[in-house]
This record gives sequence, structure tokens and C-alpha cells, in this order.
Amino acid sequence: MIYSIEICLKEGQPDPRGEGIAHDIYDLGIHSRDVSVAVSDIYWLEGELSPAELERIARELLTDPVTREYHCPSSPCSDSSVTHCVIVTYNPGVIDPVEDTIMQALKDMGINTITAAKTALCYRINGALDSAELDTIKSRLLVNPIIQHVVEHTPAAFPKSPPHVFEIKHIDVLGANETALALIGSGYGLNPTEMAAVREYYAKLGRNPSDAELETLGQTWSEHCVHKTFKATYNFEGEIIDNLLKSTIMNATKELAMPWCLSVFKDNAGVIDFDGDWAVCFKVETHNHPSAIEPYGGAATGVGGVVRDVMGTGLGAKPIANTDVFCFGPPNLDFKQVPQGVLHPRRIFKGVRSGVADYGNQLGIPTINGAIRFDERYTANPLVFCGTVGLMPRDASHQGKQNPGDKVVLVGGRTGRDGIRGVTFASEQLTRDSTSLSFTSVQIGNPIVEKKVLDGLLKARDKKLFVRITDCGGGGLSSAVGEMAEETGACVYLDRVPLKYSGLSYSEIWISESQERMLLAVPPWNVDELIQTFAEEGAEATVIGEFTDDRMLRLFYNDTSVCEMEMSFLHGGRPQTFLNASWKKPEYLEPKPAPPGEYNDALLKILGSWNVCSKEWVIRQYDTEVQGASVIKPLTGNQEDGPGDAAVLKPVANSRKGLVVSNGINTRYGDVDPYWMAASAVDEALRNMIAVGGSLEQAALLDNFCWGNVKDEQSLGALVRATQACSDMSLAYHAPFISGKDSLNNEFEHEGRRISIPHTLLISAMAVIEDASKAITMDFKRAGNLLYLAGNTYEEMGASEYYAQMGYIGNNVPQVRPDTSVRLMNAVSLSISRGLVRACHDLSEGGLAVALAEMAFAGGTGAEISLDKVPTGEEISRDTVLLFSESNSRFLIEVEPGSQEEFEKTLRGNACAAIGSVKRSDTVKITGLDGNLVINLPIQSLKEAWQRPLRW
Amino acid sequence: MAETSALVTIMNNVNVLILRAPGTNRDEETAAAFAQFGATVTPATVNQVARAAFRLSNYQCLVIPGGFAYGDDLGAGKVLASELNLKLRHEIEPFIERGGLVMGICNGFQTLVKAGILPGPMSKGQQVTLTNNDSGRFECRWVYLTANPQSKCVFTRGIGTIYVPVAHGEGKLVAPPEVAGTLDAALYYTDSDGNRGAGYPANPNGSIEDIAGITDSTGLVFGLMPHPENHIRTTQHPRWTRRDATETSLGSAIYRNAVEWIKRL
Repeated sequence: MIYSIEICLKEGQPDPRGEGIAHDIYDLGIHSRDVSVAVSDIYWLEGELSPAELERIARELLTDPVTREYHCPSSPCSDSSVTHCVIVTYNPGVIDPVEDTIMQALKDMGINTITAAKTALCYRINGALDSAELDTIKSRLLVNPIIQHVVEHTPAAFPKSPPHVFEIKHIDVLGANETALALIGSGYGLNPTEMAAVREYYAKLGRNPSDAELETLGQTWSEHCVHKTFKATYNFEGEIIDNLLKSTIMNATKELAMPWCLSVFKDNAGVIDFDGDWAVCFKVETHNHPSAIEPYGGAATGVGGVVRDVMGTGLGAKPIANTDVFCFGPPNLDFKQVPQGVLHPRRIFKGVRSGVADYGNQLGIPTINGAIRFDERYTANPLVFCGTVGLMPRDASHQGKQNPGDKVVLVGGRTGRDGIRGVTFASEQLTRDSTSLSFTSVQIGNPIVEKKVLDGLLKARDKKLFVRITDCGGGGLSSAVGEMAEETGACVYLDRVPLKYSGLSYSEIWISESQERMLLAVPPWNVDELIQTFAEEGAEATVIGEFTDDRMLRLFYNDTSVCEMEMSFLHGGRPQTFLNASWKKPEYLEPKPAPPGEYNDALLKILGSWNVCSKEWVIRQYDTEVQGASVIKPLTGNQEDGPGDAAVLKPVANSRKGLVVSNGINTRYGDVDPYWMAASAVDEALRNMIAVGGSLEQAALLDNFCWGNVKDEQSLGALVRATQACSDMSLAYHAPFISGKDSLNNEFEHEGRRISIPHTLLISAMAVIEDASKAITMDFKRAGNLLYLAGNTYEEMGASEYYAQMGYIGNNVPQVRPDTSVRLMNAVSLSISRGLVRACHDLSEGGLAVALAEMAFAGGTGAEISLDKVPTGEEISRDTVLLFSESNSRFLIEVEPGSQEEFEKTLRGNACAAIGSVKRSDTVKITGLDGNLVINLPIQSLKEAWQRPLRW
Repeated sequence: MAETSALVTIMNNVNVLILRAPGTNRDEETAAAFAQFGATVTPATVNQVARAAFRLSNYQCLVIPGGFAYGDDLGAGKVLASELNLKLRHEIEPFIERGGLVMGICNGFQTLVKAGILPGPMSKGQQVTLTNNDSGRFECRWVYLTANPQSKCVFTRGIGTIYVPVAHGEGKLVAPPEVAGTLDAALYYTDSDGNRGAGYPANPNGSIEDIAGITDSTGLVFGLMPHPENHIRTTQHPRWTRRDATETSLGSAIYRNAVEWIKRL
């Protein structure tokens, strides 16, 4: 039978979960009456228990005696006029990690008569709510139908997994006409050209493919795995570009040929040297579509996935830092403007944030850098970029090689139906039906399983028990085995894969994207010790096959062959994609110049805009301190709440060297020109890195493209321009790209209209510096110090935050002038390493005015500057341009009077001028060109404007 | 005589056992914090100790570090606490009776409290708890901790005010009134001058009486929510670039006290 235990808070105990829901109900717009919510936990146990055992479980295992009390059976849940009771539980097939823990804990207690456990949450909502309001609360806050549903009573029995009846399936492609062939292909994410190649191959073999073979091809040839758009041949307005990626970004890396690049564009992450003994790797992934439909789980598995990428780089790296960049719709978007089937941006934001934080925190990885961008066009297509930095011994930095006869070993979580076809889903357009159709694509993560795998993995690596490793990510085993065995061949017995529940077919096992799994190549004589090493950490390792020498992929289920394919076809048989691309610069209206006067309100508005405002609410919920390596943290200043430019780590205890991690993203520029958007993102990532004391000596870049529909020629043209800019900037700054990723077709169809995301490029940067203790922060340090502006200002207001506040886009988007900016960055970097700089901040959104305000309130002290001293690259006659232009490659720098001479000497030959000083006052004053004050505001007001929007 | 000197050698060798469970993290920083004062640190899992692969009797200090043991399922520290009671009680009770040092940091503190080891004795079962922060959120921020000079705690002797991070969602110390008055508070959340009553965020979770750490009746068993092991060098201080970091604000002193106490035994 099923026993029900409810755990409630004792009378008078605060209920933060309930208060949070009540707050969210208020945010839904339901605030006419006093609404309060009480949340309790329900546990359902299936099996046989004596009353004493049931009571013991409730008392000893489930209840905190100080704050909680138990009721078994759970208290009756009936709606009354003032209390509405909603019980929410997971859908069948969705595995709640808590269930495993309960089963394990019961075993420890000596109770072996329980066969299954499930959990539910009970919300008691007090307040006079009508049924429409209650439905809104349920659907918008309490239940995500993708993974949860509402139940009225304790279930009579848990649904049973059906037993699996094995039956091999062959798909008739040889006899299919064109229409039928296309239809078959669409079921596996294969386009008609690809299906033609598949038919040709099987015609030669004289047989039809099995479903597992088509699945393998669909996964391996998917955009996610093979990046066919990026590797396509382009006709860009008459210019033929063969393999866009190779001819631009990868080519720049090849040309630069930096000796410190150890493994680039080969492995799961790019690897560079750290100090001769250690190497560092960096990977940034996106997990957009899953996060759109199930923000918490989608984002959590995004973190889990990129961490596994790093764990699976070389012979295994230890993740030492996470970075996160999110793009959402505006949190204050009117509910009426949210398309049907789409979650409100605020809910996506909150869900993504907690998913990312929970997973990263639980893995014990500090989150040290990030950004959040807001734009209405992200409402239906939020973007979630998760990055991980890893550290490994230098001799483990290269991808290993297996020998025929080595075992294929699967480590970690068990396999279920999670994420089936996630790869093809990730590359498709979302529609309002996506949320109901794509439930199997949502993966459920369990960070503790990943932690166990990680702990075992690093031990196994140091004992040299395996010779090669990769993660099981998109495409599951099909991609992992297919890639690892490309040069050798492999035989895999799918019935040996440990399953979460019965009922999976061989194809489902093969393509499942169940989380927390890694694939290893293990010499036979090490297998026992490897399994033991993982078991010691509580992780499961299973031999599922062996590597061969015939370059064939062979799969078996219960001794029956279900797939037999040549690796040469799997990896070489995909027909090249040909694409037409073009690009035309759009023309936007220019606003009328603002009349002369003061711009206090404009500055306050920009500081309070979603893109500029403080992200402290998010940052504080990440563990930034775990592992103890942080030197420069994301929040800085006298109150530890100012916006740091980049993070600095000291990852190796006995080395002085530091690792700087930064990012650059500004999607608005792409509306005007994707070339300058990409160039600006590179510049921003690098200048953030320089501002904390980094240098261009050993700086590596990562690209993450998130684009709209790539069937659109203009959109493809924008992609070509952005990649060309990446390549140009990489060469100019001598900063090679070491890894990258793309996510395409981020668009949503709503009422017949296609809403595409803005072209989005995230550039992440990582730089090794000689001495971490030379790093600096952006907050003003002391009254009396001089303020320098380094870098020329141009009339580049196009797509600026200032224009956005006025409702304009404009056309003069910031450009990058590497011939001067490389020299400038080197000079700034040198002056910081010589200890001549007390504070440095890069100028980005909101320009000089915002940078000055941020440095002042972060340091808790005022400042005065004059605009007539600002170095400019062209004649500028308007204060607004000097205040708010977002020209690239500029730094605001604080220098002690004693260092003035040496600083000026170091910067000689660059555009750099003293424009004012730090003041003992608590006011920021900026004098305009005509000698009048154009900004005059107390730092408290500036800080309040900046902190208010996201003080949730 | 020969026997005595052998015993002295063993005693002078400070052996610390770090107890790990699935989800433990900060074990490496904790090890480093002890090791900098010459301790020999050994990590071991609950199962290894339970099947006697490691014997507590060979160690003078048992540490349960931070993390999310078992994912904090069923409440932070709850499942590990249950394991200590069911699998390791026969090792831990005599260890404490013999005068062994026990330290629980963050998740380790939650575990000690839920296993009834703090405030103790273990036979009394769980008496206090660490529950959801008043803010309702996991928060990572730096806090000032000031040692209570009246406390028996050997870990906090001679310490003034230190500056260390917290990183938790369930760190609010709650005790029934009859227990609250009997607690030996070793550390308080204070302002930078050591004053209690500074409110949020100085007290980051709403703990009663601003208590950040408690000890048992012997002063040898100690638990605290913050992470002194994350401030053992000055460049970890969040304001070191403002030249605000001082040696006296380091968290290291707590680990030095433990090691020195053992050396003096």
C-alpha cells in the first residue's frame, strides 16, 4: 500500500517558501487582498510498514524536531472558502533525486520493505481568491506541466514501468518515395539531402537501416554535434566561403600559432598552458530551448553539461570556476504580451537562476563571472550560457587514444528517457506547442551524482586507470561512442547499460541524454580497480562494450545486432551544406540632439535600466568562495557590492600566477551591424580583463553564437559578418579562439509572426597573468587621487543605452580600432602590473557617466571631472556624446598623485588625459563643455537607482 | 622511558580526519587550513570509517567540512546525521569521551546539530536546529565573527574579530527557549568593531542572539556556519585591494588553535 507522511512547520515558525510564493502571487498582479501561503512536504512510501516503523521514519528521518511536525497520514486537504489546497507532484518518468536518497536512508535504517518513494509539495493558500485567480496561480507559479501535475488525493498505487518487449525495427528507406523519405528524415532530424545520402548508402548495402542506425546518423549529423551551418559552404554576396568556421575563427588561431595553446578546437574544451606544470581549459555551452520550457531543470542541466565537458577534456580536468550569462525578456513585461505557451520572463529568470546556482553550488564550483541581458525578443527564447573553467596537470591536457581491446566503460547516472532527441530539438524552432510536445526533451539533473563521478574521476585519472574520456552530452551514447571510436570502431551491448526503470527500447538507451554520465576507454587490466575507485565515491561504472580495430560501429541488444555501420560513413558521409547569405545595413531614425542642460535624470535612468542595474540579487546566491581561489570577486568596493569588471583566480596554491576570466556581450549593436557587435564583444571581454590587471600576453577567447533562423539569408549574412569580425579581432589582438559553440534557429512563431532573438554573440576571455596579487578592482580608493580617461571617445551613440532610453536605435555603432587599442591595452596593463593604478574600470553601456558613477558609489566617495579634458578621436561638441557614447577600448583610471609621473610616462603615446579627481565629498560632479555642471548627484542616489530594479 | 617518548612522537604528530560524504565540498580547503600548521590530514568517507578502513582512534581531530551531503535532501545535513547515528555512533561517542576534537563547518555544523552531537551529549538527540535563512535564500557574503571570551571553546581561544565568508541557505540557529539559555556560544556575528546586534546582513541568516558557532560542554566539539578555511591568505579578503585586509582578520587562527591544542596534549 501507499503510506503518506506530511511534514509541516510548527505553529509560529517562519515559512520562507510560503512567503516567497505569496510574494510571487503579488507579482502576478493579484494584490487586492491579503494572501498568505503555507508550504508542507508530502512523502509517499509504497510497500509494507508497521505503524511503529512508519512513525519512526516520520520522526527520525523526515522531521526536524525543532521546527517541524509530522502527520501520518497527511492531513486531509479540502478546499474551504478561505483555504485552497494544492498538492503538486512530479509526472511519471520524472525522477526526483530525493526519492533515491530516501530509499538509501531507509536501507540504512534497516527498513527493506519499501519498494518506492515519491514526494509532493502541498500549498495551502489563504485568501479570498476566485477560481480564475487560483488557476493563474497554479499555472503560472506552482505547476510546470512539463514535469509536474496537481493531485487531489494520495495515489492508490504508483504507475508501473511497462516491461520492454524487444523487437528490432527496420525503416523502409529503399522503397520510400521522395515525400515519404523526407517524412522519415524529419522524424530523425535529417533533411532531404541527407536522407538521399542515407538511401544511397543503404542501397549499396542492399538493406534498410535499423531505427538505431537512423538515430545515430540523426544525432551525429545534427547541428548541435557537427555544426553544419558553421561548416557550410557560403555564397556571401558572390564571395564563396568554404567552411565558414575553418576559414575565419579557426584560421586566425592557426595563424597566430601561440605556443601556449595546448589543445584547441579538438576536444570538449580549449586548453592552454598555465604555469608549465598545470594547464587550464575553458568551455561555454548554451542550454536555451530546455530552459525556455522548464527553466530550473533546463538551466541546471546546462551547468551539469558544461561541467562534464571540462571533466571530459584531455584526460580529465577539475572544474574550478563557473560563469553564467543569461538573456531574458524584461522582468516587468505585461502578462498580456507574453505569447501563449510561453512562461513569463520573471519566472524564467527566477527558475534559470536557481537551477544554475543550485547545480553549481552543490558541485562545489564557485560562480565567478557573468552577465544578464534583457530584450523583449528573448521572451519566448531565453538564452542560457553556462561556462566552466577546468584545471589539469599539463601532461593530462591532450585527448587520449584507446587501443583495440580496451573496454567501453559508462560511469555515473543511470539511463532513462530523459532528453530523448534533445539534440535535434535544440536545433529546431520553438512553437506554442513545444511545451506540450517536447516533454521527453527535458532532462532532470542530480548534481550529487555528478559530484560523485567527479570525485571518482580525478582519483582514477591520477591513478592512470583510463586512457581516454569524453562526456555523454547531446546525443547521449550515440555521440559519445560514435566520436570516441571514430578511429578504431566499437562494439556496444546496449542491454548492459544500467537503467533507471524498465521499458526502454535499444534505440532509447542509445540516444538517451540522461545526465551525469561519462564514457571512458579502459585497458582490460585496469577495469576492476576503476570500478572500485568509482564505487568508493558512490558512483557506478559499467563495462558496456569494447573498442575494436575494424572502424565499424556495432550495437547489440540481447545478442542481436541492431546497428552495423562504417565509421567512415557516419563521420564522412554527411553531404556538405550550401548556403546563400547576404547582408544589408539597416537604416534607423536618429534622435534629435538633446538640448544643452543637465543630464541627471538620463544618468539615473540608465543606471536603473535592466541591462545596467546591479545584479547583486543573483550574484549573492552563487557560492563565489568555494575552493578558496578567488582573488578578485564579482562584487567589489567598500560595501562589497560594486560591479567588478572580471574575476581573478589563484588556482594553484603554490604558484603566484593568476587566471583572469571575463566576458563581452552587447546584443543591441547587432541590430545595426553584426560586424561591429562582434568586434565590440571581443574588445569588451579583453578590456574587462585588462581592467583588473590582465594582459594580452596570454589571452584566449571563446565564441558562443546564438542566432535566429539560419534559413534566412540576411540572418546568415549577419552570421558571416560576425564571424569575420571575430577572426579580424583575434588576429589584431593576438588573442586566439580556443573553443566555441553555436545555437541556431532561436525563434518563436506567434500568431503567424516569427519572433527572432537579436543576433547574440557572447565572447568569453581567459588570460594567465604573472602575479595574481597585482590585480586591482574598479572602486575608487582615496580622495585626492587623479582620474585619467584612457582611449579616445567618438560620436558613437548608435545602439547605446542612452538612445535606448529615448526609444531610438540610431546608426553610429561603436567601432574597434585595434591599431591604437592594442597599444593602449598593453600600456594600461603595464601600468597596473607596475602598481601605478589604484582603480580601473572599463567604459561600456552608458559610457563615461555610468563608469564614473559606478566607481564612485562602489568606493563610497565622490569625484569631479570635466568633459572638456576628455580625449576624443574626432571633434565632439555635445556633452551627451562625451557622457554617454559607448566607444570601445576606453578605461577610467585612478592614480595616486605620487604615481602621476610614472603613470603618464607609461601611457605616453596613447590617448590619455587627466580629467578630474576623487573627492572626499559624497557627490559626483561632471562639468560640461560650457563650464556648467551637467551631472551633479549624490552617490547614494546613484547607487539607489542602480540597485533598486533587481532588489527582489 | 622509550615507550613514553614514542607516545610523545605520536601525540606531536597531529592527525586530522576529514569525513566525506557524497556532496561534500570544501574538504580540500579545510585540509589546507589544517595542513598549513603542520597537521597531517586524511580524507575518508563515512563508509570507509564504518567498515573500519580508518579508525577514529588513530586521529585527534574529526572534521566534517562544508558541502551538500546527499544534496541536502530531507534537510541540510539530515541524511549524513542519520548515518552518523546509525553507522558511526560506536566510534564517535568514545572519540568525544576520550577528548578528541570535533569540528563541523557549515554543512558539517548542520550535521553535528541534527545528529545531536552539538550541543550534546549525543544521547539527548537533536536539541537545536539550523533552518532556512530569514532572507529565504542561499546567500554568499563575508561576515565579521567575534569570539566569545567566556566560551569554553578551544578553537576560538584568543581570537578577536575575524572576517570570513558564509555560503548557505539553511544557517539560522534556532533553539527552544529552555535550550537557548544553556548554549555555549563560541562565535557571534558582529559588526567590524565586534558589536552584536548589528542586524542583517551582519547576521546573515537571523540566528538567535547572533550566534554563528557553538561548542559543547567540554569546549572540544565545535560547529559554525561560516568558512574560516576560505580566508587563510590576505588576497582572499574581498577588500584586499583597498588595503583593508589584515593578518588578524584571517580565519586561520581557528585551525592553528586546534593544531596547537593537540600538540600540547
